[in-house]
Amino acid sequence: MRRVVITGMGIYSCIGKNLEEVTKSLYEGISGIGIDPIRTQYGYRSPLTGIVERPNLKTLLDRRLRTGLAEEAEYAYMATKEAFEQANVDMDYLEQNEVGIFYGNDSSAKAVIDAHTIVLEKKDTTLMGSGAIFQSMNSTVTMNLSVIFKLKGVNMTISAACASGSHSIGLGYFFIKNGLQNMVVCGGAQETNYLSMGSFDALSAFSVRTDDPHKASRPFDAGRDGLVPSGGAATVILEDYEHAVKRGATILAEVVGYGFSSNGGHISQPSNEGSYIAMSRALADAGIEAKHIDYINAHATSTPLGDMYEAMALEKLFGELKTPISSTKSMTGHECWMAGASEIVYSVLMMQNSFVAPNINFETPDEHSANINIIPKTIEKNIDIFLSNSFGFGGTNSALVVKKWTK
Amino acid sequence: MAMTRQEIEKITNEFLIEEIEIDADAIAQDARLKEDLGVDSLDFVDIVVIVERNFGFKIKAEEMAGVTTLGAFYDYIEKKVNG
Repeated sequence: MRRVVITGMGIYSCIGKNLEEVTKSLYEGISGIGIDPIRTQYGYRSPLTGIVERPNLKTLLDRRLRTGLAEEAEYAYMATKEAFEQANVDMDYLEQNEVGIFYGNDSSAKAVIDAHTIVLEKKDTTLMGSGAIFQSMNSTVTMNLSVIFKLKGVNMTISAACASGSHSIGLGYFFIKNGLQNMVVCGGAQETNYLSMGSFDALSAFSVRTDDPHKASRPFDAGRDGLVPSGGAATVILEDYEHAVKRGATILAEVVGYGFSSNGGHISQPSNEGSYIAMSRALADAGIEAKHIDYINAHATSTPLGDMYEAMALEKLFGELKTPISSTKSMTGHECWMAGASEIVYSVLMMQNSFVAPNINFETPDEHSANINIIPKTIEKNIDIFLSNSFGFGGTNSALVVKKWTK
Repeated sequence: MAMTRQEIEKITNEFLIEEIEIDADAIAQDARLKEDLGVDSLDFVDIVVIVERNFGFKIKAEEMAGVTTLGAFYDYIEKKVNG
């Protein structure tokens, strides 16, 4: 089996628009959460959200390449551009080599609603414009990035709810490990507009701690009252080790394990058993035991039930080991379709800079989170291997194990 | 409301340059829409939307059949706007 390494990363999020800014925010425990007033006018129960600035692509891409980009695809472009730059992959390379893409995305609501609004008013579909179809489809990210970056390998979108980004990396890893591709762009993207999250708000799943937005996302804390939606995009460039060496790339980390499972149960409630299976499979695939994990980036979104089930699964595998755990969603909010990819980027940044980013707002443990080692303040720590969890609606679970690069 | 030919040309040139991002230097009466200005089938879909917004009428594909140059496009708009 071939070894799969990460040679480039890019991030565009509410805690920073590039790797440098995000590293600083992670280290300092900065929250990217704020209030979006239009949500209250629209009828949301909660106006809290990650605040992500739309990039200006006018100087970066010509009109034809911009027209089909939905909001989340713009974020994905920015993250992928940064990732290719770090991987030292330019357009000449992309034109002459086969590179694939697996990218997580599970909605493009604003594009659909905007197009629908035009037709309601004009009674004429031809007045939607040429971009509506390319923005409206779930595959907006992969269809646009494959055109912009001239990708010629595997090309598809992974829609797996809040585990989309994680599964996309898992599948890229499988394709390279099994010799099907030498390089795959993997990642996750999430729109942040108010039109995209109303139906999630309808479940009363969002925090309403509006008096202090930075305190609203508090995974594992006894006082948590729901998640805060967020978004942006994160990209990792996965590559066959030999291929990376041959082209002189700098190796950032190695993906060594991917585990998945499905709960076969409730549509929205997670399961401690399903997440335990995904984590165990990822460890088995990596050929390591729980004691070898130095850090766990938890899925924990700040919902009462979700965090409880994950804490139970983590206790079963890691409770006695006291492995350091944090949910970076305490700072970013829940980046949904993007989260599984962004949290790999966040964790590799911690690995590169030898620290564990804090689970901010973890002030009072509950009966389950008291049994695991949650890190409320940044600690300096060498990380050789980490585990990252992602779980989604419908009971989809994904876990990835990533190792510091050693020959 | 009737518009002068000059107004029509000004508005059209502005949206071609600003929204369709056609090089201003390429704008000329005899410039061919496809070959010289690079207007493709997807650009045309957007031009229909922009013309409706700016001039208040909907371009019909069959009426555009013989319209190949920018000058002919101004003529077409003028005819539709001013009757």
